[in-house]
Amino acid sequence: MWKFHRWFERHSLILVVGILVVVSIGGLVQITPLFFIESTIEEVEGVRPYTPLELAGREVYIREGCYVCHSQMVRPLRDEVERYGHYSLAAESMYDHPFQWGSKRTGPDLARVGGRYSDEWHRAHLEDPRSVVPESIMPPYAFLARADVNTAPMGNHLRANRFLRVPYSDEQVANAAIDARAQAEPLNPNAYDFEQRYPGAAARDFDGNPQRVTEMDALIAYLQMLGAGIDFDTYQAEAPENTR
Amino acid sequence: MASAGWRRGGLDAWAIGATIVACSYFALWGAANATDSAFAIQMWTALGAFLVGGALLVGVLGRGPSADPSSRYENGVIKAGVVASMFWGLAGFLVGVVIAAQLAFPNLMYFEEWGWTNFGRLRPLHTSAVIFAFGGNVLIATSFYVVQRTCRARLAGGLWPWFVFWGYQLFIVMAGTGYLLGITEGREYAEPPWYTDIWLTLVWVAYLLVFLGTIWKRQEKHIYVANWFYLAFIVTIAMLHIVNNLAVPVSLSGWFSYSLFSGVQDALTQWWYGHNAVGFFLTAGFLGIMYYFIPKQADRPVYSYRLSIIHFWALIFLYIWAGPHHLHYTALPQWAQTLGATFSIMLWMPSWGGMINGLMTLSGAWDKLRTDPVLRMLVVSVAFYGMSTFEGPVMSIRAVNSLSHYTDWTIGHVHSGALGWVGFVSFGALYCLVPWLWKKKALFSNGLVEWHFWLSTIGIVLYITSMWVAGIMQGLMWRAYNEFGFLEYSFVETVEAMNPYYIIRALGGTLFLLGALIMAYNLWRTATGREPAHVRTADVPAQAVAAE
Repeated sequence: MWKFHRWFERHSLILVVGILVVVSIGGLVQITPLFFIESTIEEVEGVRPYTPLELAGREVYIREGCYVCHSQMVRPLRDEVERYGHYSLAAESMYDHPFQWGSKRTGPDLARVGGRYSDEWHRAHLEDPRSVVPESIMPPYAFLARADVNTAPMGNHLRANRFLRVPYSDEQVANAAIDARAQAEPLNPNAYDFEQRYPGAAARDFDGNPQRVTEMDALIAYLQMLGAGIDFDTYQAEAPENTR
Repeated sequence: MASAGWRRGGLDAWAIGATIVACSYFALWGAANATDSAFAIQMWTALGAFLVGGALLVGVLGRGPSADPSSRYENGVIKAGVVASMFWGLAGFLVGVVIAAQLAFPNLMYFEEWGWTNFGRLRPLHTSAVIFAFGGNVLIATSFYVVQRTCRARLAGGLWPWFVFWGYQLFIVMAGTGYLLGITEGREYAEPPWYTDIWLTLVWVAYLLVFLGTIWKRQEKHIYVANWFYLAFIVTIAMLHIVNNLAVPVSLSGWFSYSLFSGVQDALTQWWYGHNAVGFFLTAGFLGIMYYFIPKQADRPVYSYRLSIIHFWALIFLYIWAGPHHLHYTALPQWAQTLGATFSIMLWMPSWGGMINGLMTLSGAWDKLRTDPVLRMLVVSVAFYGMSTFEGPVMSIRAVNSLSHYTDWTIGHVHSGALGWVGFVSFGALYCLVPWLWKKKALFSNGLVEWHFWLSTIGIVLYITSMWVAGIMQGLMWRAYNEFGFLEYSFVETVEAMNPYYIIRALGGTLFLLGALIMAYNLWRTATGREPAHVRTADVPAQAVAAE
């Protein structure tokens, strides 16, 4: 049996092919079924694609590395459900390219932070975390309130998402830059159209500065919608199609 | 004198030149059309690097590469790799100490005007600097050293090994400066943006071809076991890197991209990648180091040839399944979680098989641990490897993971492997390589190696014990209930409780950094020492000890 191994030791290409075959099996068996087994992602009401402003806020969230300290994945454990709310479903991150489940809770989970705090609290907390939570060890993000959101490329952002099968309509893609402003400007003439295009999305001045649409607006808009839209009254966790 | 096999204006130089010209063109186009300033800075950086690279290439074409007449092997690129390893090692450890201090002393370590120094941007800088910059340079340098000696052949590809070296440094600079600018793909250990990923793919394919080309030129019948591990590392990292980084850029003139997969599929692809960055970058590659440098330094053959065969195939087959243990109790289907945990537990066996093979290589030479601090460093690294590959399977059990996940226990576990195993085995290899490459009889000071060894060991012990206590305590506090059936602690109370342990951790990291500084001084004095040149036995081709 050991003599057989000479083949690998004497022929580098056989060795390379052998390695490739052996290291491919695990991934093929584990990952590919997730794309084909329908029950992988539950059917649930209330999950919608991000608005352009929320998407811009999500970019800030990724850019600043929030995921290295905050998870967005509530596990079905008694204390977590009591602390954060209903455990996270796969459907809730189905439009997340990339996912932001995280792996570390240096700070608390954010999967259901939407609506828990006021915009003012978020603003104060992001500008100086220790002004509202004295024991916090989070860095300050005051500079977000001084940086305008570049709304011009938002159409390209939606287009890239639509290419990845996030269901944005032609109208949403065409008006992405307008909608990004309208969501943060209560008196914007396009505010009504925005609400028609994104039913249920909150439109208001998030950063307390109605003159500008800042990265603070975008990030708070994103945080305030996390876990807020999903309808757990119609979701039956024990139903056979939802047990995985 | 031109080195053997190198011709002025050979195909290698023209091919590298064409690559540089093509990439410069894209960088210039990107800089001119950039949709955001961060992308423009990155493109100007790349363009500058390509211009310098092109100038170097033209200089080499005019002069011919400097070859070392006393060796039949290409040593220059390995020397450069040793210097780069030490440099990036110090940089990565320093950033680690800084971010540890940020968590311990947030009031002192955050600067409102300097958002780019916040933890969220420096943490990827730390992880990438230690894993990819320090670890990657150690792996490239040692693999180039080992493959030449065990094949008795000069590195293949003419100037291509130098392309691999400088191309990899450019990857590091692009990734690192990108993090500071806020450029990231937002998934741990796979943060570099799409264009940096493409560049790394190019460099990596060149690396694979140089390595394979050297094996094809070999004068030995058998491919030595260390090279199996290096090959598995190179091939598998290529596969993981390409699949996990599939993404759609928003525009070719901006850095942001959307990952091809989303949600649950993205999560599993990422942790398939993430865990096997541990398995193949930080384990298989460094096992290649173990299989060459421990026998060499102990002057004993590898303990068991058959065990090395089992170790190799079992390790690479089982590792690739272990990713889902990072996703216990998440929205990942439970069958996948169970599969990941099962294979993680099975993985304990080949890991310890490899540990036994490394440790038992010292049979009959254990006394050398008293006199040779470099060998001691190598052996202790294998002991840390055994410890963290036992801890890993334990933490992959669902019940344990429900406590440990999201806490600092995970951070402690990673560092027992990273500082203890990867760090020490790299230090051992570098301590071997410097006298061998610079042709010195011995290191400048064995006493300084002792200092390095003990400072670092104490640093690691402080680090991992404080993180065990912190992690388990935080996990227990999160799930603690009071007598009325309510949660006992608010989240921020658990953060407050971490403070003393974060201070101890920062102290441990500082000791580790101090040890590495001593090492850098020692290596520098060794390389620049005025001791007369002396041909080491190591430069005589090593016997492949794994003959049947």
